[in-house]
Amino acid sequence: MVDIHQLRLDDARALLGHGALSLPNPGDSATDYLQAVLDKLSELSLKDPLTGLSNRRYFQNILSREIEVVARSGEPALLLMLDIDHFKKINDTHGHPAGDAVLQALAKTLTACVRPMDTVARYGGEEFVIILPSCQGYYGHQVAERIRESVNNATVTLASSETLQLTVSIGGAYAPRWVRSTAELWVDRADIELYRAKTEGRNRVCIEPQPMLAVSAEEKSLLFGPLSLGEPAWIESLAGDGSVGSSGSAMNRMN
Amino acid sequence: MIDLRTPPTVDTDASSVPLKPLGKVLAVTSGKGGVGKTFVSANLAAALAKRGQKVLVLDADLGLANLDVVLNLYPKITLHDVFTGKATIEEAIVKAPGGFSVLLAGSGMVEYSRLTPNVRNDFLKIISGLLPHYDMVLLDTGAGISDVVLFAVSLASEILVVATPEPTSLTDAYATIKVLVGEQKRRIIRIVVNQTARMGDGRAITAQLQQVLDRFVVAAPGEKVRLVHMGDIPADPSVRQAVMRRQLLIQSMPGCPAALAISQLAGKLAETLINRSA
Repeated sequence: MVDIHQLRLDDARALLGHGALSLPNPGDSATDYLQAVLDKLSELSLKDPLTGLSNRRYFQNILSREIEVVARSGEPALLLMLDIDHFKKINDTHGHPAGDAVLQALAKTLTACVRPMDTVARYGGEEFVIILPSCQGYYGHQVAERIRESVNNATVTLASSETLQLTVSIGGAYAPRWVRSTAELWVDRADIELYRAKTEGRNRVCIEPQPMLAVSAEEKSLLFGPLSLGEPAWIESLAGDGSVGSSGSAMNRMN
Repeated sequence: MIDLRTPPTVDTDASSVPLKPLGKVLAVTSGKGGVGKTFVSANLAAALAKRGQKVLVLDADLGLANLDVVLNLYPKITLHDVFTGKATIEEAIVKAPGGFSVLLAGSGMVEYSRLTPNVRNDFLKIISGLLPHYDMVLLDTGAGISDVVLFAVSLASEILVVATPEPTSLTDAYATIKVLVGEQKRRIIRIVVNQTARMGDGRAITAQLQQVLDRFVVAAPGEKVRLVHMGDIPADPSVRQAVMRRQLLIQSMPGCPAALAISQLAGKLAETLINRSA
């Protein structure tokens, strides 16, 4: 067993700051106390201190995991990269505290725009990333467009009670379905789209075009449903019961 | 600010395909992963080799494929070394247990997953250079319909789509065929149905795909896309055994139903593709 008094926990307590006050009493249960310290340290190491969003480290973890999920499930996942337009100018004109306020306000707007299952993280500087698992192709652009608009419509009030209007450029790329890929390649592809959004004039969304994969509901229903020939023979045979065939063609006659 | 960074290299030539696909090159593709694409490629190559054909299988998934795992081969020199100029193409080609040759991509090839015109050219040069030495080159493409897959398929004169009777596989096979018809103007696509439950299932599935295709995909006025059913590979417990032992089915259990079906497929392919062009 660990003797809690032998451990040097001062640095950890200092890191947790005021949060250390809400730790359980080490005298009651050493295990509970250590668990709480570890939980709070983990939380600290995965969060961006300024905005409270996930930090880049946590983002990398989630991204690698999502690559595996997509490769296995084939469920499309979208990565959005987002950059505040002309952020340097905000810093230069209004000072760095204003810049910080802008980053914090943007973090709130972004979090409000996405589902709880999505991950919003600060990638670095004025760059943010959002991972959207299970995001069908036709929704991707809508979501990104909604984010762009929400930011565009919001006003940031500075400490000086001046107000600012922000715009963002957004680039996006889907994880390749059924394919093992790398997190780096995925980020690169989204970054290329972000670059495109910037060069095309900012305050816009660019998402990497996907090959025409759309199979309509009608096509699907015909792929698996009866055509002029009647119930597909292979569906009968998969059912492993010859009698299905006759009732299947009776159904067809009724139609 | 992002604007100050060096611009990422954007491939302006993303949709380019070679004007004329290379003869004697067969792309094995599927849409969905996990339908037995690599299993079919490797065993088909072994079956063709058994018939006296000189065959090369190329890992066209650029380092993300399972070909090395299926064949239990981990060569020191791979396509990656050829790309980086560290080795010659001859050094990178290895003999697979089934009596055919293999060119593996090597894990470093992942960085080539972005198809710049240079990568495309190098790839085209490598395959063109190999062609005279083989009766047939099989491209084991990656899963999905990424630009890498589409590029690899564009190099091939013939396409073999592997599907299973599962609805997800069928939908993805259909989507793949649609893309190949639309983007590469393909008119003949060969189908093999893996893991069928009964005789005739595969033919029925191909017929079903053909009918939906006829209804929804217009190739060009007066032109029709033809799906050619190349055979069924029946669901067979021996396949799992061979895969788990990392052996080629054609070698370890040549008499099992799946192996016989693959031999038959090899015969059909040799007849229609190799002897015809010879």
